[in-house]
Amino acid sequence: MASALIRVPERARRGEVVEIRALIGHPMETGYRRTQHGERIPRDIIRLFTCTYNGTEVFRAELHPAIAANPFIAFSTVATESGTIALHWTGDHGFTATESAAIVVE
Amino acid sequence: MVVVGLASGVFAGEIPHAERRSGYDFMSRETRAMQDDDGANPGLLWVLEGETAWSRKVGAAGRACADCHGDARASMKGVAARHPAFDAARGRPVNLEQRITACRTDRQQAAPLAYESRELLALTAYVARQSRGLPIEVALDERTRPFLEAGRATFERRQGQLNLACTQCHDEHWGRRLAGNVVPQGHPTGYPLYRLEWQSLGSLQRRLRGCLAGIRAEPYDYGAPELVDLELYLMWRARGMTIDAPAVRP
Amino acid sequence: MTDQDRSPSRREFLRAAGSAAAGVALAWVVVVRPAQATPAAMQEAIAKVVGTARVSPGKVKLELPPLVENGNTVPLVVKVESPMTETDHVRAIHVFAEKNPQPNVVSVFLGPRAGRASVSTRMRLADTQTVIAIAELSDGSFWSDRADVVVTLAACLEEP
Repeated sequence: MASALIRVPERARRGEVVEIRALIGHPMETGYRRTQHGERIPRDIIRLFTCTYNGTEVFRAELHPAIAANPFIAFSTVATESGTIALHWTGDHGFTATESAAIVVE
Repeated sequence: MVVVGLASGVFAGEIPHAERRSGYDFMSRETRAMQDDDGANPGLLWVLEGETAWSRKVGAAGRACADCHGDARASMKGVAARHPAFDAARGRPVNLEQRITACRTDRQQAAPLAYESRELLALTAYVARQSRGLPIEVALDERTRPFLEAGRATFERRQGQLNLACTQCHDEHWGRRLAGNVVPQGHPTGYPLYRLEWQSLGSLQRRLRGCLAGIRAEPYDYGAPELVDLELYLMWRARGMTIDAPAVRP
Repeated sequence: MTDQDRSPSRREFLRAAGSAAAGVALAWVVVVRPAQATPAAMQEAIAKVVGTARVSPGKVKLELPPLVENGNTVPLVVKVESPMTETDHVRAIHVFAEKNPQPNVVSVFLGPRAGRASVSTRMRLADTQTVIAIAELSDGSFWSDRADVVVTLAACLEEP
């Protein structure tokens, strides 16, 4: 699986808005570049990023080639309950990746 | 004459010690923020892979780096700050990539890792990360002196179709702009680093080869003695400056 | 590359000739000029999202550096003023670029569980251009902000 770095707070107060950050290794090949011989390098990008909180989707991003290589996304979510925050990436050529972290909400 | 120069430490055209600044200082606020945040610095992805590779058993010897070197956070502290370092077996200085590859072939009895391969970059980034915050301290002694002098000569020699010497931009015109970009002083404090232009992590040698291509000179091959000598000189020129690997640069 | 099925305008001819000349002078460097989106293509992409609804400037704050060091990785932040309640929140934020090979950058989908309408990411900018962020609110209205960014090319071009 591709390398990924995620930042999910370990604990939060109920109702607090927390920031989640995700960085994943991926070339995000645009499909517009050419080799020195003039051959087009095919598109290979992450297309979808979602965040689920105890199974419920709370954030979704549809990515296009204009998103830089090794995509970074930061967004926020309300700390509603303790459990698991999971981040999923899917893309071209069957690319998938998942990272999760536990959050304690009191 | 040259020996006296090295001993006194100051050449005509050399940046005064106190005026030396890292490339970090010339970057925009946004790029600096990218470097400073370990959760946002793309170079950390390679460090993460290097950490995994550190414990992986490889080769006929079935050994992991960790088997001999234990916890890298302790054993590798200061190593990147000291490289290139003299290798008695090879009779000349070697850079960090060559040191890692030597361990790989000699001690792990595994195939060498290609220059700029993902795994070599990951291991180099992981090791270099353990020197973050430490001052650069390459040795200038009887053994390293001739190689350092050779590196300095390369730095000061006009090369390529544009007939430029490194010193002309990086000692004499640093801080000024070339086609919209600020010319840095060229101190390798952050290698291997994530270069926005590459959209990837890369080594100092990759950058030097890019510079040489930029002045329309034939770049030396990866691992060439000319490049390692130049690395040694650049690290000595940056002695005392703080390692900030893996850095981010435009 | 211009459309093949109509004769090139004078501007397009000069641009093609200019880049051909540049290509000869710098033969060992691959300087690629892919198809560029035009402001019209961006308007079309925006229309796909908003339909015939009106897009009003306001409520949205798009933060991009005015001058970037490298177009490959440009940090961007989009914030929208909104209480993010069940009845009043941001449903989605869409970002478009005027002169990239294609106009869409990213679309993010929020909702009351976001707590705050704020997203950061990094984008690519092929040229000096305008970037537009459009937010869709829960009441069906659309709001926008735009930012102009200057992109300089790296001085010493390398092979990819």
